[in-house]
Amino acid sequence: MSISGKAYIVGAYEHPTRKADNTSVAQLHAEVAYGALQDAGLTKDDIDGYFCTGAAPGLGPLNMADYLGLTKLRHLDSTDVGGSSYVLHVGHALEAIALGKCNVALVTLAGRPRAEAMATGTAPRSWGVNVPDDPFEIPYGRTVANAYALCAMRHMYEFGTTSEQLAWIKVAASHHAQYNPHAMLPKVVTVEDVVNSPMISDPLHRLDCCVISDGGGALILARPEIAKSLKRPLVKVKGHGEATKNQAAGYTDLTYSGARFSGPRAFEEAGVTPKDIQYASIYDSFTITVLIQLEDLGFCEKGQGGKFVADGNLISGVGKLPFNTDGGGLCNNHPANRGGMTKVIEAVRQLRGEAHPKVQVPGCTLALAHGTGGLLGTRHGSATVILERE
Amino acid sequence: MPTPASNRAIPAIQVDPTNKPYFDAAREGRLLIGLCKDTGKHFWYPRGCSPFTLSNNVELVEAKGIGTVYTYTVMRTKEPYCVAYVELDEGVRVFTNIVDCDLDTVRIGQKVKVVFKPTQGDGPPATMFTPV
Repeated sequence: MSISGKAYIVGAYEHPTRKADNTSVAQLHAEVAYGALQDAGLTKDDIDGYFCTGAAPGLGPLNMADYLGLTKLRHLDSTDVGGSSYVLHVGHALEAIALGKCNVALVTLAGRPRAEAMATGTAPRSWGVNVPDDPFEIPYGRTVANAYALCAMRHMYEFGTTSEQLAWIKVAASHHAQYNPHAMLPKVVTVEDVVNSPMISDPLHRLDCCVISDGGGALILARPEIAKSLKRPLVKVKGHGEATKNQAAGYTDLTYSGARFSGPRAFEEAGVTPKDIQYASIYDSFTITVLIQLEDLGFCEKGQGGKFVADGNLISGVGKLPFNTDGGGLCNNHPANRGGMTKVIEAVRQLRGEAHPKVQVPGCTLALAHGTGGLLGTRHGSATVILERE
Repeated sequence: MPTPASNRAIPAIQVDPTNKPYFDAAREGRLLIGLCKDTGKHFWYPRGCSPFTLSNNVELVEAKGIGTVYTYTVMRTKEPYCVAYVELDEGVRVFTNIVDCDLDTVRIGQKVKVVFKPTQGDGPPATMFTPV
């Protein structure tokens, strides 16, 4: 039984804030949920499925369901695979809706690491207590930045990938961010700007890293009959795949990501191939994240990512694969250090024809959104969705 | 300009009932790795089950303590340090630090040997590597 197309994204909302000094995390969740409901033309009591992660305050979905006044819930999911969670939630909401477990699903993300002055990328931190790998990694100063840098260094060694090629990913994101009034880094940068920015963790420079921002976003998914009764353009969930990748008992290969597994699953369910994709939202915690995922998703051969991203190939209107036309995590925002939500939101904008006119892909009917959550160099979640404008 | 390894304070290690034998050996200057007795394959990191079969038919065995750098990065913080995966001669890739050298000279493929570095408090040492 295929569930392809049995749910639609009917509401999407991105919080405009990038620094929420005067708003709590719970209230940010409320604001994005309300924004997505208004976008959809639905009301709170239409929601009978709720999705969030460990970034939401409290125990799973319990405290937020209370704060938001969600009293009709009959399906809950707080699967947490870091920043990829919200891409995965789209797939899980599709499953739940297709099975009749809920009719209208709300997914929320919010956080304020910037207001809280969190050292997101450069301070070692654990994901919890009693984590079995911590004693073998935390003492060695494992951080977000160095766990991705390890992959970049190996990719360069095996395939000859260069810092200049990685820099093109930031350059493309900055070309898109210049049209986004909310983007944290709206200035167009050059390859030289990136490779001359301070080294954070060899070979990743400061401009190879995403921004740290507050904010959040929300999505609403609904059954086909409900979606067709609303006034918004129809965006169908056509395929979904998810996977984890880890250290493989000590035999890890850092040149690929979980996208190698989640991507083909999503393409198979959707019945399309990478060549059919007109727009791609690709998780961009760092430039290397984009490059490795593009290879694993099948947009180019393994090892050819450097050549693929160079010379503006990811710039809308210039290259063959327009990506992250909101400026992405590299230039726009990375709310709560989790970029999966905004990846889906920009894909929805593209399919609705509501991206900024300077970056809108003409006649965009098929888009992909992909997330990597956790650490590329140790263990991570991977989720891919393929969305279609009907 | 060289980047000498810093004397970064290494946080105390969380020892638990299952990983304790590994860290007891580290105190004696011995590097242990997991061995799955169902398959005869080594594994990293040490744990109470086989990541190949999930049975508890596992033991810790002594490694030679020699390997090569699989990948590395120098974290350019106020006290720079080198994070790496070292592939031991036994085949497993170990998350670690490269120490006691000019960090700018670390390279993939470089041969390294184990050293044990004290951590904060009176806990077990951390297993690190230095160029041979």
